Amino acid sequence: MSAETKIEVNRLTVSTSPHIRCDESISKIMWTVNAALAPAALFSIYQFGLPALRTMVICVLVAMATEYLVLKWQNKPNVVGDGSAVLTGLLLAMNIPATIPWYMPIVGAVVAIGIAKHTMGGLGFNIFNPALVGRAFLLASWPIAMTTWPTSAWMLSKVDGITSATPLGILKLQGYEKLVAIFGDKMEMYKYLFIGGRGGSLGETSAILLIIGGAYLIYRGYINWQVPVFMIGTVGLLTWAFGGHTGLFSGDPILHMMSGGLILGAFFMATDMVTIPITIKGQIIFAVGAGMLTTLIRLIGGYPEGVCYAILLMNSVTPLIDRLIKPQKYGSGR
Amino acid sequence: MSSGLQNQRGESMAKSFRGGIHPDDRKRYTAAKPIEIAPVPQKVVIPTRQHLGAPCSPVVKVGDLVKKGQVVADAQAFVSSPIHASISGKVVDVADYPHPVFGYCPAVVIESDGLDEWIEGVPLSRDWKSLDVSNLKDLIRQGGVVGMGGAAFPTHVKLAPPAEKPIDIFILNAAECEPFLTADYRVMLEMTDRVIAGVQILMKVLGVKQGFIGIEENKPEAIAVIRKAVAGTGIEVVPLKTKYPQGAEKTLIKVIANREVPSGGLPMDVGVVVQNVGTAVAVANAVERGIPLVERVTTVTGGAIAEPKNLLLRIGTTFAQAIELCGGFKEEPAKLIMGGPMMGMAQCKTDVPIIKGTSGILALSAADINTGVEKPCIRCGRCVEACPMGLVPSMLSILGQRDLYQVAKEDYNLLDCVECGSCVYVCPAKRNIVHYVKLSKAQNAAAAVKK
Repeated sequence: MSAETKIEVNRLTVSTSPHIRCDESISKIMWTVNAALAPAALFSIYQFGLPALRTMVICVLVAMATEYLVLKWQNKPNVVGDGSAVLTGLLLAMNIPATIPWYMPIVGAVVAIGIAKHTMGGLGFNIFNPALVGRAFLLASWPIAMTTWPTSAWMLSKVDGITSATPLGILKLQGYEKLVAIFGDKMEMYKYLFIGGRGGSLGETSAILLIIGGAYLIYRGYINWQVPVFMIGTVGLLTWAFGGHTGLFSGDPILHMMSGGLILGAFFMATDMVTIPITIKGQIIFAVGAGMLTTLIRLIGGYPEGVCYAILLMNSVTPLIDRLIKPQKYGSGR
Repeated sequence: MSSGLQNQRGESMAKSFRGGIHPDDRKRYTAAKPIEIAPVPQKVVIPTRQHLGAPCSPVVKVGDLVKKGQVVADAQAFVSSPIHASISGKVVDVADYPHPVFGYCPAVVIESDGLDEWIEGVPLSRDWKSLDVSNLKDLIRQGGVVGMGGAAFPTHVKLAPPAEKPIDIFILNAAECEPFLTADYRVMLEMTDRVIAGVQILMKVLGVKQGFIGIEENKPEAIAVIRKAVAGTGIEVVPLKTKYPQGAEKTLIKVIANREVPSGGLPMDVGVVVQNVGTAVAVANAVERGIPLVERVTTVTGGAIAEPKNLLLRIGTTFAQAIELCGGFKEEPAKLIMGGPMMGMAQCKTDVPIIKGTSGILALSAADINTGVEKPCIRCGRCVEACPMGLVPSMLSILGQRDLYQVAKEDYNLLDCVECGSCVYVCPAKRNIVHYVKLSKAQNAAAAVKK
């Protein structure tokens, strides 16, 4: 039979089709998201100085170490290099004040990776966004430290003595007019919100750099534009309608859309593949829901800012959304 | 996604469907290479199972002298198709031999007498226009014609829909959407009149007036040549957007006829019959010249092949012989595939024979296959966007992995999956989704039998 066969092969892999695959991988996605966050992260170092860098390094290193130890303990393959723990650490850092005492980010990172991610089964199985769980844990544990904001170099001249305040905090406690007065006028305020240079967590200061990073992720196809657009749009619409105190549609949607963690959350956390619905239709529902909850917390709730809890709450209904919203199946139409 | 938008701009845009993927088509290796007629092999191994349906039983025994075109295996069942000797010579063995689909299968081994003589009366010359439908159907069955795109379903069965399912559209599937493969493309360029004759015969048998030939846009020469050839016949050439799986039967029907085959149904349920380019040629040969299906055009290609080619090969030629005709391997192949890279079947050895459904032989190098360790699903949704059937492949893979095959069937439309592999291609976690789908389907079938 094989007498005339001169073609010899040593080892052929046999597996189910298909036999070719694209060159995407989990680590490529995760590192790209990290890279997209980099401009805003670097800007925060420029703005808040070394404390920002320190907080970031602590979060990332502790997240990686926790991941490594948990995987080792569970006898799972070491995937620390895939960039997802780094991303969780970085996102956590972006969500807390730069000057927070050093041990708090350690606790936050351990909670994010050890509890939010790995008690659920690790990457792909967690229901809640790990970085946001870490942040929520810190906010519940050390509410004062978590809301004591360093004043950015740029803003110092403007606020003149008023430290520890974010635009949303000022809005909540002292009202809209006071906030505008601090910046001088409305356009000046928008400019600072857009370019950066206000108090807040590490990553929530520069809208434009976050949008550039997010736009790059949309361009690469790693996130769907629908999520940030619908989430930010919902907040804008609702704060415009209900955010003012002189009747309907007297609010300032631009202020609300650009302040707090909304841009960061909408582009980088409401788009976390693992914890949001898998269909685009489901993601739109998720985004609108998160926008509505954010507005509810900001306008009526006790906190000045609600993006974190809004996304976490929507994370909890993601399995339900996926159950109800499925793609239009071929053959179901006619 | 963008293709859908482009579609609505005007009719000049090629037609497309929802989902799908854009792999590098890799057709450049063989697209410009004319079909090369392979020398008559010294020996052929002709399996008795080359189609879906009832297997044939050998009707020759060791020592018999056979002529090319002589029936060597046959079955009485309707859903079956006779198998013919592809060379003239002596039957030297009737036993189990390696088979590209079934592992091992009874086969008739013929040693060539070097004469390559046809059985008496073949080839002949016959005018299909003078034959009636039942005659044509008989000739197609006698010619051993089966679907040559890969599935190998007996063609005469597809041509005999029940009376309550009238057929009004015929589609020639000339999309050839699988990367690497160029056999259909070369056939369209070099055997144009055979293709058109086959289409006309098939349309006459089905009694349909509307005939379409769907060709992907990456084959402009074929579109031009076929367009010219069908002028005045009423058959329409439809350029299709280059996107996999454009040539999957159900997507093709949606794109060309704008009809959706119902879940679990067949194209005939929506009045459509689809046939492949190679099949049309085989039909024309069987009807007009009395030549049964004893050879086919196969693309031998892949990163590990020294000199990729389109070969006209006798059924029963081994993969090893075909690869040898292409200069052998230039590097160690990581995978050997029968068919295309998306839906073809991986082989574990090179001594399997070419059968009627062998559209391609791919020897893929390690760089071609780009595999990786399977990771947990990160729910990125790429598979959902790629699925042409509108399913949730990620859930099918997760349920399959956990043996929840019943949930997959009942809640996630497992049985609608056509196993095109688009989801696996795009998956960043390198999940073997099609593997889990096949497993779940098999488990459901086994559970049904137990009941």
